[in-house]
Amino acid sequence: MASVTCPECAAEITLEADTEVGEIIVCSDCGVDLEVTALEPVTVQLAPMEQEDWGE
Amino acid sequence: MERQLKIGMLYSRMRVEEKWILSAMEKREIDYDRLDDRTIHFDLNNPAPWQEYDVVLERSLSYTSGLYALRLLNSFGVPTVNMASVAEICGDKLMTSAVLAREGIPQPHNATAFTSEAALEAIEAFGYPVVLKPVIGSWGRLLAKINDRDAAEAVLEHKSTLGSVQHSIFYIQEYIEKPGRDIRAVVIGDRVLTAMYRKSQHWITNTARGGEGELCAVTAEIEDLCLRAAKSVGGGVLAVDLVEHPERGLIVNEINHTMEFHTMQPLSGIDIAGEIVNYVLSVASKEYVS
Repeated sequence: MASVTCPECAAEITLEADTEVGEIIVCSDCGVDLEVTALEPVTVQLAPMEQEDWGE
Repeated sequence: MERQLKIGMLYSRMRVEEKWILSAMEKREIDYDRLDDRTIHFDLNNPAPWQEYDVVLERSLSYTSGLYALRLLNSFGVPTVNMASVAEICGDKLMTSAVLAREGIPQPHNATAFTSEAALEAIEAFGYPVVLKPVIGSWGRLLAKINDRDAAEAVLEHKSTLGSVQHSIFYIQEYIEKPGRDIRAVVIGDRVLTAMYRKSQHWITNTARGGEGELCAVTAEIEDLCLRAAKSVGGGVLAVDLVEHPERGLIVNEINHTMEFHTMQPLSGIDIAGEIVNYVLSVASKEYVS
């Protein structure tokens, strides 16, 4: 199972098998939202902040 | 040999709904592209790459980006789910209210003003409490329940001073003493698929704000009201939110054009993602009519 290091707190995060690019994962150590930007190899970056016109 | 339909899915984040939709497309062996709205661009002199799509399903998080993408795609002759004209109405609470009023569909009593002074006058005419909502916005953000004149003056001043120009389109709504819940119904085409109560002790019952889902039977009244509401805004894949008014009964509170259904799908046991894909396919196989 793929894993990645949290860019905020350096914790090791293990990804679910069906993780997709563009998905948001939460670091279980520091709680920050991370966006998966690639899968092979796995890269993540801090997720963008919620904007005023976001929603459904 | 018949050409296979090509579908585009415009999205911002791969939420669980998008994953379910992609999975439904793969199950049906559909030729599709993922279109991340942060990486695409439109060359207005070269619509051909976009015209390869038989339909584009819009799932953008940003109302503004999604709406402009829909407008461009429709101007290129590409059908979309939903159409730009539907998003224009549903994404703007004032436009939704105007359409519902025109069609005689029951909704909360609303008023609009363009200055804080005029808004205060409208609020005083309503009587307290009232609710102020941004015309564009979702997930229960920036809703304000105004209990008295002091609060009205403070919130109106804050909105005028701190908000974007859009926050000076003051959308004022009666406060409804609902029974700790509202109702969300999923409408796809001319069918009400399922409905759920969204329960909360808070006056904002949105599940994005912690409201809990509970299955709600689709009565003839709910079905009729939801279908009328969906038709009034142009139809498509829509979530119609209803409120049980203590005196007037069921009324339409809002209509969402890029609905989330992460609570609804497991709760109802209905494959909403699959139904969306089926609808998208039905749009793709029809000739586009603007």
